[in-house]
Amino acid sequence: MSTGTALDPRTAPPFPIAAARSLEDSQLRKNVRHATDVIQGKRARVVSEMPDWEALRISGEAIRRHTMKHLDEYLRQFEENCARAGGVVHWARDGAEARALVIRLVEEAVENEGPHNSLREVLKIKSMTTEEIQLNQALESAGIRPYETDLAELIIQLGHDQPSHIVVPALHKNRQQIRELFRKEMDLPELGESPEELAEAARRFLRTRFLRVPIAISGANFLIAETGGVCIVESEGNGRMCLTLPRTLITLAGIDKVLPRFRDLEVLLQTLPRSATGERMNPYNSMWTGVQRADGPKQFHVVLLDNGRTDVLADIEARQTLHCIRCGACQNVCPVYRETGGHAYGSVYAGPIGAILTPQLQRLQHARSLPYASSLCGACYEVCPVKINIPEVLIHLRNKVVRRDTAGLRVLGNPEALAMKAASTIFRSERRFRAAQRLGRLAQRPLERKDAKGEPWVSSLPGFFGGWTATRDLRAMPKQTFREWWENRSRNNRDAKYSAEAPR
Amino acid sequence: MSDARTAILRRIVEANSSQGTAEAAAESWELLPRDYSVVSQRSRADVLELLQDRLRDYDAAVVRCEPALLTMTLNATLTAASVHRIGIPQGLQELILPAGFEFVIDEGMSPSELDGLDAVLTGCILAIAETGTLVLQSTIDHGRRALTLVPDVHVCLVRSADVVETVPQAFARLQPTATMPTTFVSGPSATADIEMTRVKGVHGPRFLHVILIHDDAAT
Repeated sequence: MSTGTALDPRTAPPFPIAAARSLEDSQLRKNVRHATDVIQGKRARVVSEMPDWEALRISGEAIRRHTMKHLDEYLRQFEENCARAGGVVHWARDGAEARALVIRLVEEAVENEGPHNSLREVLKIKSMTTEEIQLNQALESAGIRPYETDLAELIIQLGHDQPSHIVVPALHKNRQQIRELFRKEMDLPELGESPEELAEAARRFLRTRFLRVPIAISGANFLIAETGGVCIVESEGNGRMCLTLPRTLITLAGIDKVLPRFRDLEVLLQTLPRSATGERMNPYNSMWTGVQRADGPKQFHVVLLDNGRTDVLADIEARQTLHCIRCGACQNVCPVYRETGGHAYGSVYAGPIGAILTPQLQRLQHARSLPYASSLCGACYEVCPVKINIPEVLIHLRNKVVRRDTAGLRVLGNPEALAMKAASTIFRSERRFRAAQRLGRLAQRPLERKDAKGEPWVSSLPGFFGGWTATRDLRAMPKQTFREWWENRSRNNRDAKYSAEAPR
Repeated sequence: MSDARTAILRRIVEANSSQGTAEAAAESWELLPRDYSVVSQRSRADVLELLQDRLRDYDAAVVRCEPALLTMTLNATLTAASVHRIGIPQGLQELILPAGFEFVIDEGMSPSELDGLDAVLTGCILAIAETGTLVLQSTIDHGRRALTLVPDVHVCLVRSADVVETVPQAFARLQPTATMPTTFVSGPSATADIEMTRVKGVHGPRFLHVILIHDDAAT
């Protein structure tokens, strides 16, 4: 059971190329469309029954903004309180540090189990943060077998596939595809295709592992500074299995996951489930603090991961990206994501939130096409439970991409930047502007074609400009500009005071 | 390792152009807007009705009974669920349990032993009507977390005095025991990972039975 190649923004093709490939897969588009339609409908129903929804969003945003402003203090509080309750807190600057740490902790745990249990296996709860640092590949290279226990993650792992959604990572697969996979990988040739039968197969497949494997790795939905506690939100019970049966638990969490106080959960545990899966509350929320004598793991480690998050924090206009609570609502409403699915984004964080998070975690060198993977329609902002203004951040990031690409001599290698430079020179002088308009009218003459109503159109521009007319026609420039009409009109008025007719 | 900690904290201070302090954080936290609903809007009877509706919406079975009829109601529920070997936490020994079933007190059963139980019977600390949620903590009456997870049927006793209407009311009540292992249970285990079709029961109990005991004067 090995994991396929990970989604890695450093090696993934640019979004336009990957998206074009996704668009050709009609089965994928059908699956994504169906799943996102269903979640959107469920979400809308349970959100509409909350008269105080907007107040909850405002509080959610305020809590997250406040947390980021005092992040160092809250992380210190979390560390102190978690340690007091018997947990061990570790810090990792980047993915490499976190991977090495987790592997070392697993090795120690295997050793603690003693000679009677030398199996190098770990259970895993679905965690986008472990996907972000490609932990499974690292574990496998170290000879440790990770078992994904969330149904969707199991589908991904068995199929050597990649997650395409934050909440429902296998939403690009339909039941027939999953049945074929399970038949082969679980050796169940008679397996039917109803979701009930498929879920039952997963239950049986994983149960023996839950009862056997003594080490688990999880992510975290929230860390609570006030208590040193951790909160995980899930549906299937695989999370509870991993949090309670093993003797060692290792939790990997981004430093952005902290909340000031226990009470703050009363806001986010209302908005997260309704936004994520369209449920009033997801089936299980687990909260625990350190180690308890008679309940759950005896060894508990938390690894706090930076991996680019402090860079995001340092960008005043983009730091709101860190407010994200990973509900996936923005993906479900996004007209771009709904057509392309998640893999085109080349990152475990797809959709609108991925379009702003991935380029920032990767410091823009990679994934520089992602800020453009949006029509800026604003639907993501409307549904965001913590009011992240994703379009605003997208524009900010586009600006950064452009500034990078046009700094110094780099402008010479970039036709678009050159054209923009030329335009700015032209727009700065009235004389140059008028000359350009006259020139344009002359230049377009051989390209003009009249439609049925006799209106002139340009349907094919030459050279570099051809990109614009590849998928649309351009209205020809009028015979007379507004300025020219206005000047003629003033002149005519002096001659005949009451005649004024707009240009056609 | 400690240098990773120092480096990350230093980068945060630089990004915020200020060092966080407990006092500044606490002062600013008190001022956060909280204009959402906190208090009950409904009568007690309506709150209980709402809890029942929301639980049934998740496919949980709900029966209501007077305290005096608990043993009889339990008998009926366990019989209907066709279970025989039932795990209970130590605190429930005090209950008058119906005859004809094998009740096993959890004194640290292994995962495989838990797997051998047909069902588990526990109490809960509170229930949230608005979301149909039962909240369990690792007390003597609710048992440790694995007890209510591995068996396929969970029968949960809810006292009507412990039913709150909203999520914020629940958090206010839970604050004193915030560091205890806590589980919010909203219906049976479920998944919607296959074509967003909700399937009841994956790894946790597939069947949730709630017995709502009317024990407060208001109802």
